[in-house]
Amino acid sequence: MSDAAPLWTTVILPVALALAAVVTAGFDAVLSGSAERGPAGSVREAGLRAVAPLREALRLLVQQPRRTTAADRLLGRLGVVLVPVAAVLAGAVLPWGLRSVSDPSVGIVWFNAMEALAWAAVWLVGWGPNSALSLIGGYRFLAQGLAYELPHMFAITTAALGAESLRVGDVVAAQDGLWFVVWMPVAFLVYLLSALAMAFWGPFGHPLSGDAAGGAAAELAGVDRLVFLGGRWLLLVVTAGFSVPLFLGGGHGPLLPGWAWTVIKTAGVLALLVAARRALPVLRMERYMEVAWMVLVPLTLLQALVVAVVVLNR
Amino acid sequence: MAVLGDVIFWVLALLAVASGVMVFRFDSMARATYALLTSLLCVGGEVLLLGLDYLGVVIVLMMTIEMAIMAVFMVMYMMNPAGLMPMTMVHNTKGAAVICGAVFAVLAAGILLAPWPSRRGRPSHDPTMDLGLSLMGPQMLTMMTLGLTLFATIVATVVLATRRGRYDRFGDDLRSRTADDPVRGGMSR
Repeated sequence: MSDAAPLWTTVILPVALALAAVVTAGFDAVLSGSAERGPAGSVREAGLRAVAPLREALRLLVQQPRRTTAADRLLGRLGVVLVPVAAVLAGAVLPWGLRSVSDPSVGIVWFNAMEALAWAAVWLVGWGPNSALSLIGGYRFLAQGLAYELPHMFAITTAALGAESLRVGDVVAAQDGLWFVVWMPVAFLVYLLSALAMAFWGPFGHPLSGDAAGGAAAELAGVDRLVFLGGRWLLLVVTAGFSVPLFLGGGHGPLLPGWAWTVIKTAGVLALLVAARRALPVLRMERYMEVAWMVLVPLTLLQALVVAVVVLNR
Repeated sequence: MAVLGDVIFWVLALLAVASGVMVFRFDSMARATYALLTSLLCVGGEVLLLGLDYLGVVIVLMMTIEMAIMAVFMVMYMMNPAGLMPMTMVHNTKGAAVICGAVFAVLAAGILLAPWPSRRGRPSHDPTMDLGLSLMGPQMLTMMTLGLTLFATIVATVVLATRRGRYDRFGDDLRSRTADDPVRGGMSR
C-alpha cells in the first residue's frame, strides 16, 4: 500500500519537522503571551509574540556557551545532539500522506527504539556538566521514563495488534474504513499522555522545571541549549505526529490528498496538546508513576485484550 | 550491494570491539556504561544486517533502556562518592589477561576448527519467524513456563528485598486506611 518515498524526502524530512516545531513553538508562545500579558492588541503584536521562539533561537546562536568545572563534555554533547537526531530518525517512519521516508516491516518498534535513545540522551545531558541540579533533572527523566514507557508500549502495541502488523503503512491501511481511535480510545489517550511525557514538555516538564533551576538544561547555554530545546520541540512534533498513523487514520480522508490530511490531523493533535498544557499542572513523577502502573497499565492491557478478541473473531 | 554490506559489517564490528575495549579503559562509570551501549547498538546493527529486522531493532530498544537504567546502578554502587571520582574498571589484571587470552584462543580455535555446514536451499523469506520457530517452536510450553517463573522470581526478589513491607505501610493489623509512606504516590491511598 505505502511504498518508499523518493530519496529527496530524506533531505526534506528534517526541514519539514523543524518548520512544524517552529510553528508549534510560535503557537505556544502566542498562548503563553495572552495568558501572561493579556490578549494581543493587534495582529502585529500577535505576530511578534509568535516569532519570539525564533528570536530566542537567534539569540542562543550568538550566546557564549557555558563551561563548567570537570564537565564530561563528550557525554554531555552526545546527549544534546542525540535528542534532535533521535527525533528525526523516529520521524523517518512517519507517513506523510500514504508514504514515508522509510517503511520498514518493524517501523513501530523502530519508532519506540528511537524514543528510548532520546530518553537516555536527557540523562546524558543532565550528567554532562558535572552540576547537581542538572543531574537531578536527568534522574527525574529516567524515573519519568519508567512511569510512561510501559503504558506507552502497550498503547502502540494495541494499534499494531489491530492492524496485525508492525509496519506503519499496514497500520494506516487497516484504518481505511474505521479509525483506530474509535475502538481503541484508551490506547489513544494513553498515547497522547506518553507523547507529552516523552517530549518532557508541559505537564511532564518536571525534568526541566524551575524548582531545580531548569533541571537537565540548567547548565546549557548558547548553541547547546538551542539544539537541546529545539530537539525537544522536534520530539513533541514527531510523537504527536505519530498518533495520526497509529490512531487517526493517517492520510485517509475525503476530498483532500493524503499529505494534506496528515498535516491537518497532526496540527490538530499538536494544537490540542499545546492548548491542554495550560489546563494541567506539572506532575511529579512519583505521583504519575503510581497512576501509570496501577491504572494505566491495567487499562491498556484490557484495551489490548478487547482488540485481540476482536481481531481473533474477524 | 554485497560490497556495501561487507563495509557496514566491518565498520560495525570494529566499532563494537573498540567500544567494548573502551568499557575497561574509561575511568568514569557513565562513560563505561555508554561505551557498552555503543558496542551493543553496533551488535544490533549486525543483527539487522542478517535480515533479522525485528530482533535487531528490539536489541537497540532493550539495550538502550537497560543501559540507561544500569548507569544509575553503576554510579550508585561505586565505592567512591556517587561514582563521580575517576575509577578503574579492572582489577587482578594479570589473572584477567590470562583468562581472557585463553578464552579467546579456545573460541577462535572452535570457530576455525568447527566443520561449518555449507548452505543448502535458499535464504528464508522471513528469517525472524524461522529463527523463532527453531529456537522455541517445539518448546513453547517450556518457554511460557520459564517466562512466568522468571517473572515470579523477580516479584519475589523485590518483595524480599524491599525494606518496607505492608506491615510498615498499613500498621501491625493492616487496618490503617492510608499507607504510611515516606513519598506519597499519585493514587492518594
